[in-house]
Amino acid sequence: MGKPPKKKSLADKVRKTKTSTEIKNNPFEVKINRKKFDVLGRKTKHDVGLPGVSRSKANNKRKETLLKEYKQKNKSNKLIDRRLGEYDAKMDPEDKILQRFTMERQRVHEKKDVYNLNEEEELTHYGQSLAEMEKFNDVVNSDDESEEKGLLSAELTAAHFGGGGLLRKKAPGEEEEGSQRARTRQELIEELIQKSKQEKRERQVQKEEAQELTEKLDQDWKSIQSLMVKKTPKAERIDNPEEKPKLEEYDMMVRELGFDMKVQPSEKMKTPEELAREEREKLQKLEADRLRRMMGDAGEEGVKSQIHMSADDLNDGFILDKHDQKTLAYQDGKWNIEEESAEEGDEEDGDEEESGEEQESDAEENEDEDDDDGEEEKEEDGDEEEEEGSSEEEDGHSDLDSEQESENEETKQEEKDSRVKPVKSLTKEELKAQQEAAKAELPYTFAAPESYSDLRGLLHGHTPDNQRLIVARTQKSNHPSLAVGNKLKLQKLFGFLLEYVGELATRSPPELTTVDKLIPELYALCQMFPDAAGQAVQSVLTDAAHSMEETLEVKGHAAFPTLDMMIYLKVTALLFPTSDFRHPVTTPALLYIGQALTKCPIRSLQDLTTGLGFCCLAVDYVSFSKRFLPELINFLSGTLHMAVEDKAAVGYTVVPPFRPSGKSSDLLKLSSAESQKSWSKKSIPLSDTQHLQLSSELDRDHHRLTCLSTCLGLVERCCQLYKDLTSFTYIFQPIEILLSKHLSTQTLPESLQELSSKILNAIRNAAAPHRRLVFEKKKPIPLKLLTPKIVEVLDYGKKRGSTREEREKERLKHKYKKEFKGALREIRKDSRFLAREKLGEVMKRDDERKRKVRELFGSLATQEGEWKALKRRKRKM
Amino acid sequence: MRRERSTSSVNMAPAKRRNVSSDKSCGLSVKAAKIDVDTIAERVLESRKHANDIFDILEILQSDSEKDVVCAVDACSKVFCALLERKELFVGKLPGEEEALSGGYSAEEKFRIFMLHRYNSCVETLLDHLSHELHAVRESALCCLMRFAAGEGQHPLEDLDWSEHYSFPRKLIQAVVDNLLSNTTDNSLLISRFQVFLEMEDLRYYVMSSIRENVGKVMGKSKGAVLPVYQNNVFTLMSNISVPSQESELTNFMVKQGANHEDWKAAKLNDHKRAFERMWLGFLKYKLPNSMYKKILVILHDSILPHMSKPTMMIDFLTAAYEVGGAISLLALNGLFVLIHQHNLDYPDFYKKLYNILEPSVFHVKYRARFFHLANLFLSSSHLPVYLVAAFAKRLARLALTAPPTALLIVLPFIYNLIRRHPSCRVLLHKPSTEDETEPSEDPYVMDEEDPAQCRALESSLWEIKTLQKHYHPDVAKAAMLINTPLTAQEDDISEVLETTTYELMERDLKQPPTKNIPLEFEMATQLLKGGEGVLGQHFCLF
Repeated sequence: MGKPPKKKSLADKVRKTKTSTEIKNNPFEVKINRKKFDVLGRKTKHDVGLPGVSRSKANNKRKETLLKEYKQKNKSNKLIDRRLGEYDAKMDPEDKILQRFTMERQRVHEKKDVYNLNEEEELTHYGQSLAEMEKFNDVVNSDDESEEKGLLSAELTAAHFGGGGLLRKKAPGEEEEGSQRARTRQELIEELIQKSKQEKRERQVQKEEAQELTEKLDQDWKSIQSLMVKKTPKAERIDNPEEKPKLEEYDMMVRELGFDMKVQPSEKMKTPEELAREEREKLQKLEADRLRRMMGDAGEEGVKSQIHMSADDLNDGFILDKHDQKTLAYQDGKWNIEEESAEEGDEEDGDEEESGEEQESDAEENEDEDDDDGEEEKEEDGDEEEEEGSSEEEDGHSDLDSEQESENEETKQEEKDSRVKPVKSLTKEELKAQQEAAKAELPYTFAAPESYSDLRGLLHGHTPDNQRLIVARTQKSNHPSLAVGNKLKLQKLFGFLLEYVGELATRSPPELTTVDKLIPELYALCQMFPDAAGQAVQSVLTDAAHSMEETLEVKGHAAFPTLDMMIYLKVTALLFPTSDFRHPVTTPALLYIGQALTKCPIRSLQDLTTGLGFCCLAVDYVSFSKRFLPELINFLSGTLHMAVEDKAAVGYTVVPPFRPSGKSSDLLKLSSAESQKSWSKKSIPLSDTQHLQLSSELDRDHHRLTCLSTCLGLVERCCQLYKDLTSFTYIFQPIEILLSKHLSTQTLPESLQELSSKILNAIRNAAAPHRRLVFEKKKPIPLKLLTPKIVEVLDYGKKRGSTREEREKERLKHKYKKEFKGALREIRKDSRFLAREKLGEVMKRDDERKRKVRELFGSLATQEGEWKALKRRKRKM
Repeated sequence: MRRERSTSSVNMAPAKRRNVSSDKSCGLSVKAAKIDVDTIAERVLESRKHANDIFDILEILQSDSEKDVVCAVDACSKVFCALLERKELFVGKLPGEEEALSGGYSAEEKFRIFMLHRYNSCVETLLDHLSHELHAVRESALCCLMRFAAGEGQHPLEDLDWSEHYSFPRKLIQAVVDNLLSNTTDNSLLISRFQVFLEMEDLRYYVMSSIRENVGKVMGKSKGAVLPVYQNNVFTLMSNISVPSQESELTNFMVKQGANHEDWKAAKLNDHKRAFERMWLGFLKYKLPNSMYKKILVILHDSILPHMSKPTMMIDFLTAAYEVGGAISLLALNGLFVLIHQHNLDYPDFYKKLYNILEPSVFHVKYRARFFHLANLFLSSSHLPVYLVAAFAKRLARLALTAPPTALLIVLPFIYNLIRRHPSCRVLLHKPSTEDETEPSEDPYVMDEEDPAQCRALESSLWEIKTLQKHYHPDVAKAAMLINTPLTAQEDDISEVLETTTYELMERDLKQPPTKNIPLEFEMATQLLKGGEGVLGQHFCLF
């Protein structure tokens, strides 16, 4: 049915609010909903209920809707509301009124006012005459009010809320004019308004002034800024000082300034002591890192920072380590590049001093020297990088007077070489001369070789030193920072160089001097591209291991790897850390060595020499980490076994590939005891692992003794390495038996006997008993506690732990349930209401009937009475 | 007769024939020779008039040219098979050639006798060819002989005067086998070709008995000496023989016997098995070279023992092999296991011997995987005494000090499994010290003690595994680290690691995704022989 009327008269509204506040204040009307808990931060909507009010509201609503419907039931006639636009929701209420008004006017005009001559009809507002209202002269201007929002002064409050007190105070003189009270008040208010307006104006003026000052400041700043930053300031727009753009520009500037490289106080020049300390710290850090990796927990520690790169900053001209960085600084408004050369000198001095210091500290002497050389070289490289970088930026300030950059670079290279050389050639003066001569012939730039044969062609026919120089120059002239494809070229160069090294080792005689010279270049390239280098070495290892595996599958044993493999393994140890718990390159390399030591049978002295070479490599690999390599001990004891005269009744077992007896088990037996007298210890040439030429029996005996001494030397080294192992005695048991029972009876040169007694002492002294094994102590598992688990709740009242769709579904379900219940309740109430209405109707009808009956009875009684009276009267009469 | 042939024969291609006979290596194509031989063969079969041409074929059969010989072999097989088919070869006791001419035989019989003589000489030549230097010749000769054998089986050349007799060309087979088992040349290729024929049940049966006879004969003569080539041949042939597992599978016969086929020995599985058994036992009772021992032991458990009627007959051989020591003992384990497990063999001191074959070499031999698999089986029994298990664990740990990483990856879980199965062995890993023995002691374990009961393993601890925590390979070190905490209840599956090779171990590191940063050496490398500790440089120089 019809909607409840939307419009309500003002009067109605006023009455309503009045009653509602009254009701709210009436404690009998209010029902307070009891809360079980007070939840902080929760807003409660329904803490106070007004049952009476809501009931009556609902009742009214029903009366207007349901009751009407009920009354219209079974009725065919209809009330049609023809009011204009009554049920048109789209129409504005004002439009509605306007249209109705015009309609009315038209009607009136047509009929009644045909003769009405321009007579004003009364205009009303809310049923009140507008003319009447205009007389009030209400002053409260909403605009003004909004202007003065937040402004609170004593005067104003007094004026607004103070009542009459203000008048008394403020205008004592005017009190005589008591008759003009109303007017005075008006005046006062006007005055007040004026005052506030004045204040406003003043404020505006102040603001403008401030603005002007800011502008001025801005302009001043611009002039200063142009001084500070070399950039020319953007077009200055003074003529139309718009506020907003100005502000933004300023903000931008401020922000830019924040991000700009600020001029900082330049780092103070480091004293040699500081430099040395830093250097040592760096080394210590690297060492700590190495130890950490050795313990094997490196893999779990996430991304490794590439600290090693700092050792050589050639990579892309960018220096990672902080203390390597040279900060740019002003000196009298110019860059401080000029000071570099002097600084370098200082640094070199510092290095020399530092070397002395370090020798004191811990490192071995011979290596220390190398280290220092290396460091020096590196630093110089670094410096050079700096110079290159800066010279690219600012040509004018370069310290070298050269026209073109490329030439510039070359000369620097040359300079660098000559700077490096003195360190190296301290011992070899003639070599230096030779180098200088050769350098004069060599070109200064080389294209990076595209294939292995290119490289070979490039290096062919040069002396080892020149070959190194060529590689170094190739590397320099193809530095990754110079062109895009250079990185790939140099990565390939490493692979080619590795192949070249292998080829040099396989030549006969092997050109190991060249290999030796190329090592620094390999190292430098490896530092530049660790991943590519790692992969190259890995592929070499894979190939070698694969071929060995294949022969093993077919024959069950394999020949010893050739010299190039030995060189590769040594190079691997030089390029990658051998002490890591797990390393993608060195771990397989060590496995390969172990494999070679177990699977390659020894058939000749040459095999034995190669095997000893591999043993040396193995000791090299584990010397730092002191890891246990069973194959090594097996091989060494097997080698010693070969020297035993009497093979019967040995007190130990020989491990394959050695045999307790057989044709190759006597390889180290001396043919005559005399030969030991003429023997003296010397190093074995590496080429002997390829071609061992021993013409006479004496030579052979000498070689045997050399092998034996090498073997004993290695055993001694192993004793030192493994003396902390719990099973040390059992590991060295066969060697001990060999030395004490079998070799001691044989006549050996004095040095060897000394060595062997030293080893025996070491073995016997190390035999320390151990405690029985126990598990590591574990932290006891704590008892289960019953304290509640406290979880931080971030969004109250929301269900967590489900997806968005689920939550939505849940919400809809809940809503449905609520609506359903509500609807049910409404229906019940409706039917109750209807029943009540019906009952009321019935009662009303009954009452009506009773009344009518009573009426009838009454009239009948009066009739009766009249009739009786008449009869009585008749009787009297 | 030859003269007669040259005059009477209608010569179709005299020039060619002369060519063949006079100069074999001459430019005439092999095809021509083949056609030639084929035509001769056809002629021989066509009519008896050309019977003498068979001499030509036999002559070519003995020539030097490989192709010619092969052609001739084909021709021979064609001719004689056809003759056998037609029953044109003499049946019964063969009179001598001269005798046949003089004796009262009919012309028909004379022809048959003549042909049989040719046949016999052809067979002899073919048998000779079995040791020809060219494999093609040997192979075709073998095939031809087998065809003859099949033909003879169908149409026996001997009189079947009593019904119990089953026709089978035993003599021919015996001769073939005798020639195959050469004393001087390695016939493995030919034998593998011969294997195809061994599919036939009756042939296999008779070959088995022939081998037995031959072995008895040859080895009897050698008087205990080892004949490596001969024994290798015998082994190759014998290892190719396998007996079907069910009687119903005996279907493929070369010769079908008529009525009483069912009663034929060659048709009975039990007889096959018996023959097989006798053959092997006959072979194994003689002294064998070491490599042969290994070969036999490798195949013993799955291709010999199941085919024998009484596998327990092998006990002597196996125990003898078990006593030999080293790799042979390891291999004998497998056969012994089958006997113990399936045939109720009671072997005294089995575990003691098992304990004693644990030598450093077990980690290096080829049969390492098999050994550990078996050892795992043997030691999986939960009824073993604790001292024994502890002794095994301790000994393995001690030996592990010399083992390569692949073996260590087997032996460490192996030891852990032992301790898991026998929780009282936990003292080997965990023995908290009590008040009365606070003094740390030497390892009481006696390595040289042969009796596991006396070796005092239970009083010891597995310090060796502690040592291996410093092993150079990360996987081994990690495996050894496990003893620091109590072992998990779950046993490790050894079978996964049994076959790991060093190359696979290397690949674990080499084939890693290349995204990881590779740590580098920070010490500047300047020279080849310096850097690190420079041990290589101490003992070696560049030149």
